[in-house]
Amino acid sequence: MRVTQGCFSYLPDLTDEQISKQIQYCLDNGWAVNLEYTDDPHPRNTYWEMWGLPMFDIRDAKAIMGELNDCRRIHTDCYIRLSAFDATNTWESLRISFIVQRPADEAGFMLTRQEIGGRMMRYETRAYGLQKPEGSRYGG
Amino acid sequence: MMLDHAEPAMRPTEPIDLKAEFAGAGISEVLDGLERDLVGLKPVKARIREIAALLLVERVRQKYGYATEAPTLHMSFTGNPGTGKTTVALRMASILKALGFVRQGQLISVTRDDLVGQYIGHTAPKTKEILKKAIGGVLFIDEAYYLYRPDNERDYGQEAIEILLQVMENQREDLVVILAGYADRMDKFFALNPGFRSRIAHHIDFPDYENAELLSISDTMLQRQNYRFSPDARVVMDRYIARRRERPYFSNARSIRNALDRARLRQANRLIAHDGLIDPAMLTMIEPEDLLGSRVFLETDTSSGEIDA
Ligand SMILES: Nc1ncnc2c1ncn2[C@@H]1O[C@H](COP(=O)(O)OP(=O)(O)OP(=O)(O)O)[C@@H](O)[C@H]1O
Ligand SMILES: [Mg+2]
Repeated sequence: MRVTQGCFSYLPDLTDEQISKQIQYCLDNGWAVNLEYTDDPHPRNTYWEMWGLPMFDIRDAKAIMGELNDCRRIHTDCYIRLSAFDATNTWESLRISFIVQRPADEAGFMLTRQEIGGRMMRYETRAYGLQKPEGSRYGG
Repeated sequence: MMLDHAEPAMRPTEPIDLKAEFAGAGISEVLDGLERDLVGLKPVKARIREIAALLLVERVRQKYGYATEAPTLHMSFTGNPGTGKTTVALRMASILKALGFVRQGQLISVTRDDLVGQYIGHTAPKTKEILKKAIGGVLFIDEAYYLYRPDNERDYGQEAIEILLQVMENQREDLVVILAGYADRMDKFFALNPGFRSRIAHHIDFPDYENAELLSISDTMLQRQNYRFSPDARVVMDRYIARRRERPYFSNARSIRNALDRARLRQANRLIAHDGLIDPAMLTMIEPEDLLGSRVFLETDTSSGEIDA
């Protein structure tokens, strides 16, 4: 099941050229680009691992594409997302975030229902991938 | 750079208007600005015009599919302190940007300490971090010879040199490297590091300024800060320059800038000490006594040297 989160996630995956243009747009606006990766794609998991520090003071998208490619090489079977932080006073938050790599085989989520007191129902979504230990969930 | 997006070779049949190409690139503005804002530096300006012409023709050749690979644009700027190397490097970045040979046109100015680490494994990430910032622009390495310490073969500088050499060769379309420093030491550096020498396309030498040029530089500097010399003060400045040149640590235009900073300090104190009201015009005027307070005039001994006092 294809994970959809962040911008562009209902579009076909962006090509590197398209990613590069998005990055240049961020840089031209003075935003700092971050790369993060995870193999726990649950929508409530906000704690993705950072690939290095946020990249301040970079002017050209090619520098960031280099980092992205290094990250892809090492974390072949992870989700990677790219975000850009706007430090302008009163913004001070992310302006954009989108997925730039997903595992070849996205196992998706199991939905379980638990009946509790009365006619109440409790739902749980659990990524199939999570049954394996961290680092060997996809591909590996 | 353009090569990436080069259209399939479109060979010209019509005559080409190079002048229009020149104007279209906005390059004459940058060159005129160079001419206007920087005093003297005739040979440097001439070389930069030549390089700009080369780049423009290269760009047109690319357009028609004659150019086969990205040209080498790395440069070396040699000259004494304060002769305008950093200032010109900044302009060079704009020229390269105007002609599309770098994508963004920023200038990242570094010295050995920014590139070389303190312990094993520290240098490569440090150098790469700087390179990332310089991609799309110009990396200016001041006093580049400090990267290489021949007396210590395990010096970490060597690691930075190897990374730089590789990038200068393989990422020519991503950034331009300018090495700067004093002429004699740069010569030695190049002799010991032939890899650098062979990767550098343009060597530009920055001559020392003449006294008259320094005087007109001081006029420009004051004018930019909304000050000016009184006629008498300008005569004193001329004498100051002649004397300052003979003293230790003379560094051309930078010595002038420092001297003017001191003069502004003395002027401010003179105005504060002034009894009664002052004429607003006095706020902008440098008088002879603001310069005569300098140590250059007080001492006859030129060997004891406090810098630019
Ligand atoms: N031709 C010039 N006209 C006007 N100002 C100048 C000129 N050349 C240099 N200056 C001024 O002199 C100061 C020193 O110049 P710059 O920093 O470019 O010298 P540099 O050659 O890089 O010196 P160093 O080798 O010590 O780094 C700057 O403030 C610059 O604006
Ligand atoms: Mg300098």
